[in-house]
Amino acid sequence: MLKKVTSGIACMALAFLVACSGGDSENHGSGSDFASQGGQSSGSTGGSGSSGNSSTAGTGGSSAGNSGTAAGSVYYLNFKPEVDSVWQSIAAQYTKTTGVPVKVVTAANNTYEQTLMSEIANKEAPTLFQINGPTGYRNWKDYCAELTGTRLYDWLMDKNMVVKGDDGKVYGIAYVVEGYGIIYNNAIMDKYFALSGAKAASMDDIKNFQTLKAVVEDMQARKEELGIKGVFASTSLNPSDTWRWQTHLANIPLHYELKDKNVTDLDNLEFTYSENYQNIFDLYLNNSVTAKGLLGNKSVDDSMTEFALGQAAMVQNGNWAWSQMADVQGNKVAEGDVRFLPIYTGINGEENQGICIGTENFIAVNSQVSAENQAASIAFLEWLFGSDEGRNYVVNELEFITPFSTFGENETPKDPLAKEVMRYMNDETKQNVTWDFVIFPSQQFKDDFGDALLEYASGGKNWSEVKDIVVKRWAAEKNL
Amino acid sequence: MQKTLKRYFPIFVLPTLIAFAFAFIVPFVMGVYLSFCSFRTITNAQFTGVRNYIRIFEDRDFLNALWFTVKFSVLSILTINVISFVLALALTRKIRGTNLFRTVFFMPNLIGGIILGYIWQQMINAVLLRYETTLVANAAYGFWGLVILMNWQMIGYMMIIYVAGLQNVPTELLEAARIDGANGLQTLFRVKIPMVMPSITICLFLTLSNSFKLFDQNLALTAGAPSKRTAMLALDIYNTFYGRSGYEGVGQAKAVLFFLIVAAIALGQLILTRRKEVEQ
Repeated sequence: MLKKVTSGIACMALAFLVACSGGDSENHGSGSDFASQGGQSSGSTGGSGSSGNSSTAGTGGSSAGNSGTAAGSVYYLNFKPEVDSVWQSIAAQYTKTTGVPVKVVTAANNTYEQTLMSEIANKEAPTLFQINGPTGYRNWKDYCAELTGTRLYDWLMDKNMVVKGDDGKVYGIAYVVEGYGIIYNNAIMDKYFALSGAKAASMDDIKNFQTLKAVVEDMQARKEELGIKGVFASTSLNPSDTWRWQTHLANIPLHYELKDKNVTDLDNLEFTYSENYQNIFDLYLNNSVTAKGLLGNKSVDDSMTEFALGQAAMVQNGNWAWSQMADVQGNKVAEGDVRFLPIYTGINGEENQGICIGTENFIAVNSQVSAENQAASIAFLEWLFGSDEGRNYVVNELEFITPFSTFGENETPKDPLAKEVMRYMNDETKQNVTWDFVIFPSQQFKDDFGDALLEYASGGKNWSEVKDIVVKRWAAEKNL
Repeated sequence: MQKTLKRYFPIFVLPTLIAFAFAFIVPFVMGVYLSFCSFRTITNAQFTGVRNYIRIFEDRDFLNALWFTVKFSVLSILTINVISFVLALALTRKIRGTNLFRTVFFMPNLIGGIILGYIWQQMINAVLLRYETTLVANAAYGFWGLVILMNWQMIGYMMIIYVAGLQNVPTELLEAARIDGANGLQTLFRVKIPMVMPSITICLFLTLSNSFKLFDQNLALTAGAPSKRTAMLALDIYNTFYGRSGYEGVGQAKAVLFFLIVAAIALGQLILTRRKEVEQ
């Protein structure tokens, strides 16, 4: 008898499964039918009013559909955790003025791709998201709407600051220009230059890696005199905080390799300037606030805090870091003392090198959401970068340097690092390094690189092994 | 009565069956199907056959994770069960404060894995600080950290099960053994252990499946660092699915393989230990 019962259950389960899967696909079909019907009726309701012909269920559904789609709504998945609160207030303000609902969600550090992947599968998918360049576009091309005809594109001063598809159309538009280099605390540097026997007389003397190295090592030796714990803030090698090294710092050797080969992309990276990378990376590791072996615990926040508290004289980061430093409790760094130094690595002719200026922030509109939502999203962007109110937010709260012509000469951020970026941009004598890392093959490549750096710092790998990993992983990931 | 029960059986079972189907069977079948697909989000899947299963073995991540998991599981199953059994033996003697001890040992099991992972990360790093190194510097630290963490969390739970088993050993058997002149060790191996075989079956099953499926603790403690060398299977699957674009299907295929491995091992173990159980 027991056997009979169990087989009965099994049969039922099977039947149920079949029914379920059948029902599932049916639902899908009818769901999409329904949506298109809703769309049609919403078009016709304007003319004929409520017709009352359709069944009750139908009208209920379609009216709900109408109210959802008529105005459209915006859902932006934000990439920058440091300005999340600003985005929230922008969203609230936009909803207040236009009535269009705007939702902003911020992905945590280093999880943007994961968050985007799970969010975009939702019914309420992000309507606005960002791609980090050609590599990002390759991953998300099914979801990127064409932006060629938008006013946003018209406003771009440099029409190259876009992501183009194979068809030559525009799918992503840069919305912020950023710069990074070695941020230094001028007060500490002045204190050092005043010491007897200093290796340089002023920051203007530091124009190559040799001088930088001499100065840094001397400063490290005299750290007590200077009242610091180390010259460089911790080289954050916590596995989710390695982007300053595996992406930003790696840009420098890549940039020169591309320049030598006179190309814009590489199937195989030789890492010809790997020694130069090692030069600067060793300098960071050996003259740091934190002992080499402990760096695996340090995050970017830790190093920015160390810098803000005056424990370190230098830290490699970009202009976005100002808001982070300014928020540190007990911040000891004066606004006027924060400056950028180019990242010197010992490459010939680096005396004229500037800081790294470019972008990896390209805004994209989700092509798979309703037309209303796409239109609402573009309207939101045009408001943000075009209207007085929006521009005020961008300049004074987000503190973005934008590539758009809508911003007047005086409409630039007031924070010291952004001003430094502007200074380097306008300095004719400096050759700024472009952000070539947007051609990095994948996040996986970056992570593997970061892991190798961590092992190098803690003594588990030597430099030639690191170089080997970089070269091999690049080739493997590029040829997937 | 029997007959009516039988007649209405389907109706009584239906609600549970529906819930079970929605929460388990349907996602499971969909998951298996997706492992044969290439997809970015689960709503736009395209059938690609066994390609995902081949791609699993293109790099060594999965095999490394499997080997790490096996090493970890063997060691932690042994240590957890031995230590918790010894504790259970100690706490079934009539010593003062038995209940207090049982509670204390059981407590860690009530803390979530993620939190435990971070707590132990802090503690281990605080110790390693003296040697100017960290948990993520060497894969061996991560391995032993995980073993210690798992022991700390699971021992209390297993101990409670063993305590219950030991208390159910009939006193007349123990008395008879004593009268026959059996010493403590003989009583333990000839009477107590055979009598608590059902508990051992359960404990082995629980520790085995928990060690094999370990995820939260792994994620919080090391997240696989350095260079994925402390990533266990579940974490590797998660990283493949969410960490690499274009690898969602491969992650799904890994998950199906993972299911088969866990099911095979757990069933094998159940059959083996069941055989050793004796009727009371």
